[in-house]
Order: sequence, then C-alpha cells, then structure tokens
Amino acid sequence: MSDKLLNIKNLSIEYTTEDGVVKAVNGINLDLKEGETLGLVGETGAGKTTTALGMMRLIPNPPGKIVGGNIEFEGRDILALSEEDMRGIRGNKISMIFQDPMTSLNPVLTVGDQISEVISIHQDLNMAAVIEKSKEMLELVGIPGGRYNDYPHQFSGGMKQRVVIAIALACNPKLLIADEPTTALDVTIQAQVLDLMNNLKEKFKTAMLMITHDLGVVAQVCDKVAIMYGGEIIEYGKIEDIFENTRHPYTLGLFGSIPNLDSDATRLSPIKGTMPDPTNLPSGCPFHPRCDRAKNICSQRVPRHTNIDGHKIKCLMFEEDIKQEWI
Amino acid sequence: MHKYIFKRMLLLIPVLLGVAFLVFSIMSLTPGDPAELILGETASKSAVLALREQMGLNDPFFVQFGNYILDGLKGDFGRSYTSGREVFGEIFQRFPNTLILSVIGVIIAILIGIPVGIISATKQYSLMDSISMIAALLGVAMPNFWLGLMLILFFSVGLGWLPSGGYSDWKSLILPSITLGTGAAAIITRMTRSSMLEVIRQDYIRTARAKGVSEKKVINKHALKNALIPVITVVGLQFGYLLGGAVLTETVYSWPGVGRLMVVAIRSKDTPVVLAAVIFLAAAFSIVNLFVDVLYGFVDPRVKSQYK
Amino acid sequence: MSEVLSSENLEKDSSVATVNKKRSQTAELWRRLRKNNMAMAGIAILGIIIVLAIFADIIAPYDAVAIKQNLKDRLMTPSGAHILGTDEFGRDMFARLIHGARVSLQVGILAVGLSIVLGGALGAIAGYYGGKLDDIIMRIMDVFLAVPSILLAIAIVSALGPNLLNLMFAISISSVPSYARIVRASVISIKDQEFIEAAKAIGANDFRIIMLHIIPNTLAPVIVQGTLGVAGAILSTAGLSFIGMGIQPPAPEWGAMLSGGRQYLRYAPHVTTIPGIAIVITILALNLVGDGLRDALDPRLKS
Repeated sequence: MSDKLLNIKNLSIEYTTEDGVVKAVNGINLDLKEGETLGLVGETGAGKTTTALGMMRLIPNPPGKIVGGNIEFEGRDILALSEEDMRGIRGNKISMIFQDPMTSLNPVLTVGDQISEVISIHQDLNMAAVIEKSKEMLELVGIPGGRYNDYPHQFSGGMKQRVVIAIALACNPKLLIADEPTTALDVTIQAQVLDLMNNLKEKFKTAMLMITHDLGVVAQVCDKVAIMYGGEIIEYGKIEDIFENTRHPYTLGLFGSIPNLDSDATRLSPIKGTMPDPTNLPSGCPFHPRCDRAKNICSQRVPRHTNIDGHKIKCLMFEEDIKQEWI
Repeated sequence: MHKYIFKRMLLLIPVLLGVAFLVFSIMSLTPGDPAELILGETASKSAVLALREQMGLNDPFFVQFGNYILDGLKGDFGRSYTSGREVFGEIFQRFPNTLILSVIGVIIAILIGIPVGIISATKQYSLMDSISMIAALLGVAMPNFWLGLMLILFFSVGLGWLPSGGYSDWKSLILPSITLGTGAAAIITRMTRSSMLEVIRQDYIRTARAKGVSEKKVINKHALKNALIPVITVVGLQFGYLLGGAVLTETVYSWPGVGRLMVVAIRSKDTPVVLAAVIFLAAAFSIVNLFVDVLYGFVDPRVKSQYK
Repeated sequence: MSEVLSSENLEKDSSVATVNKKRSQTAELWRRLRKNNMAMAGIAILGIIIVLAIFADIIAPYDAVAIKQNLKDRLMTPSGAHILGTDEFGRDMFARLIHGARVSLQVGILAVGLSIVLGGALGAIAGYYGGKLDDIIMRIMDVFLAVPSILLAIAIVSALGPNLLNLMFAISISSVPSYARIVRASVISIKDQEFIEAAKAIGANDFRIIMLHIIPNTLAPVIVQGTLGVAGAILSTAGLSFIGMGIQPPAPEWGAMLSGGRQYLRYAPHVTTIPGIAIVITILALNLVGDGLRDALDPRLKS
C-alpha cells in the first residue's frame, strides 16, 4: 500500500551465540504513515532495539541476521538494497538516536563537526553552507550556534542528547527512530527533550518510531502503540484503543503495575515471573507462564492476530473458535 | 597549555635528582678503592691516600653527592678511571650513535606496528590477523641480542650483504635498527590492535554508521583518532626501552654508543662512567616521557581542556 | 541452640563466604581458560619445561655432564650421542639446556615473587592510607620508573657483584613499582566499598582488613602481571648473563650459553641458536598463559 511510509511484514531476526540461537524478533508487523508516531513498548530484552537496528540494517553480522520478512520504506524493499544505497538512506531518510547520550558522541571530534558530517555526506553543499546549516540545527535544539567548536565532554547529558537529535534531524529524515532517548536522563530534562522532539516532529512532519518502556512517554507523543513481548508484537492499535480499551493480559499487567497516587494500595502489583529466555522460548503463547488467565490450551497453541477494527491482539482469548473458554 | 608544559618540566627536576641520588647510592656500594684502581697496585699507600683526599672520597656521603650534582650542572662528571678522559665528553661523543639507532628503531616499529595492528583489528580472525598475532607473539618473545646474532648469521655470515658490526656506512645501520625495532614493533602491533578493537565496540561508532558514514571513514576518521591515543603512550615508553635496550644490541654489533661504553666500563670497574651513563640514559627516557605526556594533551581534547 | 551474633562469627561467615566465592570463581576461571586454545598450548609447553627442569639432575647429572669439559668433543653439531650438539667446551648442549631451564625458572619465579611481596606491600599501604604516605611512596616509585629497568638492574649488579642472589635482587627491584601501582589501584577501588565499612564496623583492625579482605580482591591483575613478569625476568637474566653481568660460568644459563657461542657463530651456529630458541619458547609459553589469564579474568567478557 503506497500511502504507508513504512511497512514491515513478518520480520524475524536471530542471533547465533555460543549458548544457542537467540530468536530476538519473531514475525512482527508494523506500519507507519507520514508524520505518524508509533510507540514500541516492552520490557528490556523484548526485542525493540533489535527491531530498530534491523530497520536500519545495522544488525552486527556476525552474530545477528535478518532471517525472514519484508521491510518496505517509501515503496522500496530495504532488504534488497545495496550497502551503498542503504548508506544513502541512513542519516538521510531514516535517522536513529540511541539511548545513552554520554557515549553516543565521538569524544575527539567537535559537536559541530559531527553535525556537519551527516550534512556533507547526504547533501551537495559547499563547506560554508554546511557549517551554517549545522549552526542552525544547534540553535534549533536550543544550543547556541557559537558552541560549534566545543567537544562533547563540555556538554551535560541533556545537551548531548540535543546534539544527537540535531544530528539525526539535520537532513530532514522522513522517519526518526528514537531508542529510549530519555531513559538515561533526569526526569526534568526528560520532559524538555520530549517537548523538543515533539515540536520538531510537528515542524518537519517527521514520522517517528518511539521505543520505550515508559507508558507515560507513550501517552505524550504517540499516535499508535505496539506492545512487544518475547520478540513478538502482542497488541497493536491506536493510542485510544490501547489505553482505554486494553485487551491483552500482558498490557493489562503493564498498566496495572504503574503505581497510582490515588489508590490506597499498599503493595506494588508487578507481573509475576520474568522475561523468557530468548534461547528457549515457551511453547504456544510466549506469555502463558506469567499469565493469570492462561488455560492449558495456551501452552499448546500459538495465537494468531485477531483484528478488531484496527486493534490487533495476539491472544487466544479473542480468537473466534476458542474465546468461549474464558467466559 | 603552556602552563601545563612548564609545570611538567618543573616536575622533571625532582625526578632527575631522585634518579641521580638512586644511581649514585647504588654505585657507591661498589667494593674497592677507586684511588687504588687509578694508581694501580704498585702505588704507595701515601699516594693512594693523597688521591683519595683529592677526589673527595673521604667526605661524608651527602657531601659527595652534593658535589657530584653541583659539578654535574657545570658539565663535569668526573674522569674515567681507566682512560682519564672526561666522562661527559665520552658520553656526549657516543650519544648520537645510540640516538640514531633508537630513532630509526622506533620509526621502523611505528611503520610496521600501527598499520599491521589496524588491519588485524578490522579484519579480526582473518588469516592476516592470525599471522600478525603470531608474528607479534614471537617478536615479543625473542631476546633482542639473540635476534641480532641470528640476523648477523643470516645476512652477514650467510649472505654477506650487510656488515656484522661497527658503525661505518648506512648499510651498517640496518641490522642493528631492525634488531632494536622488532620488539617494539611487536608490542605496538598488539597495543594498536587491542585499542582498535575496543574503540570499534563503542557506541559512537554505531552512531557514525547510523549516519550513513562509509565504513572506510568510520575506521579512519572516527575509530583511528580515538584508538591511537593510548598507542602514543606505548610508543613513548618503547622509545625509552630502546634507549635502555641498546646496551645489549650495541654489544652484539660492537656499536660505538653509550650502551657499549657502559658495558666496557662495568668490566673495568670504571664507576664514574657507569654512573653518568645510567643517569644520562634515564634522563633521556624521562624527557621522552615528558614529550609524550605533552603530546597527549594536544591530541586528546578531554585532556587539553583540563589544562587550558 | 541460639546463634551468637558475635563479631567473630560474623567475620568467619564473611570469610567463609569469601572462600566459597573464591572456589566458584576459580572453577569459572578454569572453565574459561580451558576454552582458550593458545593458553592451553602455553600451559602444556610450560608443563614440559617445568618437568624437564625438575628432573634435570636425573636426566643429566650436573657435575658429570652439564659442566664437565670435554675439549676433544667441542663444537659438535647435533648427533646421536649429543642430541643438541656440544658447546665450545665440549659440554652436552641438551644437558646444559635443561639445567638452564631450572636456573631461569628459579630466578624468574623468585624475582617476581619478591617484587610482588615488596611492591604489593608498598602499593597496599599507599592505596589504603592515602594522603601524604601515598604521595611519598608513589613519588619514590616514579623515580625508580624513570630508569629503564635493564639499566637499573645493570647498575645494581655492577655495584654489588654478579652472582645469583644479586641478580635476583636487581631484577626484582626494577619491577617493584609496577606491582605497587597495580595493587594500589585495586586497593583504592575497593577500599570505599561497603563490605570494608562493614568489617571496620565490627572492629577489625587495619592489618586484618588488608590481609583478609583487600588483598584477595587484588589478586587477579597481580597474577596476570606476575606471569608476564616471570617472562620479563627470564629475558633480563639472559640479557645480563649475555654481557657477563649475570650467572657466572660454568653454571649453565641460556643467555651465558648464547654469549659463549658468539665467537663460533660462523662455524658452529648451533651453540648460539639453540639456547635462543629455548628462551623464545619459554617466553612465548609464559605470554600465552599470561594473556589467557588476562582474558579469562576480564569481567567484561562475562556472558
């Protein structure tokens, strides 16, 4: 469908390690229109970063490999592109920002240089114009252009992340992948950086894939949400659907585990158990060992996507032929 | 920046004084009477006593040391017990010979070590990597005096291409500098390789790739600059060890340098020469290290701003 | 029977815990080491050398074979009677080689042992007490480090006279600063951790804390450096003996053997070549093991 900016179908990514084959991502489907923001939510180890790296074809090989599926961006098959063409896309059409700003910038190059680099690679401008543009980007993220020649260690964590954002947006990409961009920052700085990202996103009409484990962040910036567990997307839909009409037991658990100031609860209610071992995923539904609504059938049968008006859930409780078991 | 350089130079003074004191103390433990040594066994007791008085050998230890330093600052390090010539002159005359070997040795080490280290790191586990790692392991394990003799055996005795000793022409420079440089090359290779491997794993390299930077530029612009920083320190240290290790190489090649002078002096119990030679080489080593520290400040922006 | 929460029991528990932790750490270490082929090769080679050195007297009695001169048999190339040939005095090379292994290993291990004890003590004191004491000790170490180690060793041996004891002393003195630095760094990184505060809280005195708690945790880098240090000590011994500053003839030492064969390089190169190869093999094995230990102890490689 050509109105979709990004269309991922059935993507699977594996890592081959000494301890076995890690099925990091198992047959996921995602799509984004221009200017839309999709939140990719899940606990650590669910496969979110791997998905993002897969989209950029930055999975380290060895030991990782995209073993199946399709990634379509602006109508082109990403997986079929040459490395040279792919480089033309990275930083230019699709940009990515990573979690830890303290280590994302090269310590021996000036921040201005690092912004100018991405512009010089993808745009045909003379050096003076490039520097001018870099300074504009700095101003845009709230840093004085005069700091072009400063080094990363001369900036605070929050400011470093702004530089990272400036680099990512310098070439006006159609899609920005943000992997937990605010997790490593203080709460107050978090709010500032999110605001900045929101404003820039509106201004440039950039589509965004916001990877996070924080539902509060999702509420602030996302139009759609995909909940990831054990390398699969187990619930997917518009933000209203997910927040107000939560269906999957895992998602319910996530919402339930957020402490509520208003309630009188004396204990936290986390989801019992831990994330599954990716070299040894549970049979049937990956969540069944931790699910308090699980029945015997859940360990035997793999759930398929159930689509209720665009709200997709991967849970046997909603499948036509078997949902009566839970009534 | 200049303040930093000046401060480091000032710090050098107590260290050099300390070194002089250390070596002076060690050498003063040498048994035997220098005056007897100079005058020979047939000398009369009164002549020996007179000479001892003249040489200040009856003064208390610290006075002797103080005098040594004061005289040294004037360039007077005493006279050789065997040749009678001024020690400073003997050393000064030979120092350029040692220096030229060390410099060429270090250059060889860098020219081989760094590129091989980089290629090993970027093509990890390849055939080239395995070969270089084995070569580096062997290079570190070989005693340089043995390597020197083997090179002489092969190129001089066997093939007759190169001279087996002495400093005559440019050809005579080749074997000794290779001998000196090999150990350093091996260490530099290993250091460069491990530093590169470490840097390539860093997040900012991933950022560079995510920007669409070509792999070649990722290595040359982003990785190398960071990886070579610790290598600079190692190169400096190696240069210092070359100055020290020259002792053995100069012996093998009968090279007219400070090292060989020292060995000969030790055999003939010529203490002033040994003392001055060790201090001299230690001073050269310290100056090289100072240079490396300062260079570090220029190359690593994090250090540079500490000393603005 | 009630459990008495005496400070003795607490400490016993914590050192039992430390010992148990040590046991499983050692098992883990061995497991990782076993996976490293090069390191295992190094261990095998070292093993052979050590065995030969230990049984040197049985294989080739010292006085009868290793140092007895047989001038009519001098400079023979390797043959049936002498599998590695004979040297310039007609002595069997193989016999001298394995006795040389004994000498090298003895000097190497003792010199490094001495360095570790001296350097470790200085480093532990400097790191633990900090302040002026730390400054003074480290400044002194800096002075020692300013002299290239072989020069320092040469100076000491030339002043005190070339014999086994002085040689060991000279070589060990030059490495004291490295171990001091390593131990000091380890100590500084642990001394502010909570289990040290806990030990102080139950009244343990400084000496006890240093010996029971801090030192066991500094072992890892010291072991790595120590293994590589033995290699360095053997090289230094050979180098010093080469210029006549080490083990005196007729004692068999690889560097001295090399030196003895020098004048006959043209006619009987085996006298010089073979001891050198022995040195290379030994140093190589030690380096492989040292590198292997370093990789096995590297916390970042933990899966």
